[in-house]
Amino acid sequence: MTETEIITYREAVAEGIAREMRRDPTVVCLGEDIAAAEGVFKTTVGLLKEFGPRRVWDTPISEQAIVGAAMGAAMTGMRPVAEIMFSDFFAVCWDYVANEIPKARYMTGGQVTVPLVLRTANGGGLGFGAQHSQAVENWALTIPGLKIVAPSTPADVIGLMAASIRSDDPVIFCEHKGLFATKGPKPPEGHVIELGKANVVREGTDVTIVALASTVHTSLAAAERLAAEGVSAEVIDLRCLIPMDLATVLTSVGKTSRLVTVEENPYQGGWGATVVSVVVDEGFQLLDAPVKRVASENVPLPFADTLEEAVIPTVDKVVAAVKSVVNF
Amino acid sequence: MSNETTELLAMYEQMAVIRRTEKAAYDLFLAGLVKGTTHLASGHEAVAVGASFALRPDDYVFATYRGHHHAIARGATPEACLAELMQKATGLCKGKGGSMHLTWAPGNMLGSYAIVGAHLPIAVGAAWSAQLRGTSQVAVAFFGDGATNIGTFHEALNLASIWKLPVIFVCENNLYMEYTPIGAVTAADHPAADRAPAYRIPAKVIDGNDVIVVRDAVAEAAARARAGEGPTVIEAETYRHYGHSRTDPAKYRPAEEVERWLKHDPIDVARARLEALGVTPDTIKGIDERADAIVAAAIDAAKNAPVADVREALTDVWADGGSAWRT
Repeated sequence: MTETEIITYREAVAEGIAREMRRDPTVVCLGEDIAAAEGVFKTTVGLLKEFGPRRVWDTPISEQAIVGAAMGAAMTGMRPVAEIMFSDFFAVCWDYVANEIPKARYMTGGQVTVPLVLRTANGGGLGFGAQHSQAVENWALTIPGLKIVAPSTPADVIGLMAASIRSDDPVIFCEHKGLFATKGPKPPEGHVIELGKANVVREGTDVTIVALASTVHTSLAAAERLAAEGVSAEVIDLRCLIPMDLATVLTSVGKTSRLVTVEENPYQGGWGATVVSVVVDEGFQLLDAPVKRVASENVPLPFADTLEEAVIPTVDKVVAAVKSVVNF
Repeated sequence: MSNETTELLAMYEQMAVIRRTEKAAYDLFLAGLVKGTTHLASGHEAVAVGASFALRPDDYVFATYRGHHHAIARGATPEACLAELMQKATGLCKGKGGSMHLTWAPGNMLGSYAIVGAHLPIAVGAAWSAQLRGTSQVAVAFFGDGATNIGTFHEALNLASIWKLPVIFVCENNLYMEYTPIGAVTAADHPAADRAPAYRIPAKVIDGNDVIVVRDAVAEAAARARAGEGPTVIEAETYRHYGHSRTDPAKYRPAEEVERWLKHDPIDVARARLEALGVTPDTIKGIDERADAIVAAAIDAAKNAPVADVREALTDVWADGGSAWRT
């Protein structure tokens, strides 16, 4: 019997990209330190060696040119995968993310398409400080025209990377830097996860917990603790913010009648608000308790571990939120 | 008739059509049939037409929000352009883009861009794509003097230079960054050409109102690019006949400067060249009348077209034609 190979999340990034580059010669990569240095987080190991310098490009520190050039290449027959080293840096090239890429097809009446992937190291937990640690999936959520992906496991990295690169639409692919060292089974060749399909990672009956990327793990740990106290939590890994799989969420709330979202972004403007507003609108009759959102405090992310822990969602905070709706 | 004369006649006609289309846009704006804003290219015709005649049909063109002349030079009809401005279903972009976003993808005119400087890196990407695909296509980014001070100008030139990309940067220097003289806000005499050497890119300053000069400069740059020698910066000196946008009377421009430039009208320059080649005034008058008829018909057709289809409001966010954000 063959053993399933185990890989890390960071290895899964390189593997996911490599699989797509092998099957489609129009896939090319660009970014800062991604080729010769194999990525500051070692997420592009082996790509330059396998595919050569005409498919894996080191760029200057020029986020606007990196993303703008990716857009131009995508509009003219290529499938670029551009790296933004830290997701906070989307602010540096925000015109392309907010004004150019998502609008080109619509404003031209459908004359152009922009099949690109902007992949980035997102989220906190490694002590990089306020400008290198943000979870910014919600920034992109405010803009129609971008698909948004945030995998929580190595297998999902590979499956969602395949779908993202094959998509003819622009995709923001948020790799979580705090998850790079985590491990999981390596999926077989051809593993593709359709965008917009959430994953019920733990079944339960008393409460629906909706999570994304790092908060999936926080929520699963909370669910373990809650189970010991007789509370059965269903945990949904959204996987994508756009397309947002609200059908899965509503089905789950129909079963549990309680909802808690767990978001790494700050509470104000967080993605959970969209989930909650739809559930309260379309699933009002399903609810037996108020809806709680566990999210980061509305402050910049502090550097010291004790301070960061006070700000971000923790297992304790999720357990407390679930108990408050279960005991309502 | 020589090839040169035939070509110049065609260039003259295209400039004449553009001039009349821009005047139509201005008149229709005053009549309340074009809303929002327009940024007219009257006076800039030679840059668009001269460049277009130096390029192949499969070369890429990227323009600014002052881009009507580039759309038409690459094959968009005056009717589709005016219909777009008038919010009609037959508009170039189905009424979804407006004056600042005229795009004609079948002619590889891949957009007019409203954010200053945004399209320069995009053009660099199209050139990169051509290099990767080995097609010898070139990409041309047209931009104003005002764009030379924004970050994307510098990032684009640097990247194009280090990767030796087949891109041509054409600055339409009309001496004004919107309402401000460019010299007052730029640490260089020639805003584009003087910056190019810092990026190891060859540059030249040319008379942007002589369509033959423009054609020859772009042809030379395109040959360099196709031979793998990298980018070029061309700074084409020209002048707006109208103000910056809408009905701006451009009172910030000295009267003698305006008068001097109006006397150096690109259409008059082309006419003088044609006459020197032996073309008769009657022939030129015939072209003027044909241009009148083309644009008059375009105005009529655009006026009579139906308004933008409401169903299109929710189409073409995604490649599948839809706009669904959730299940």
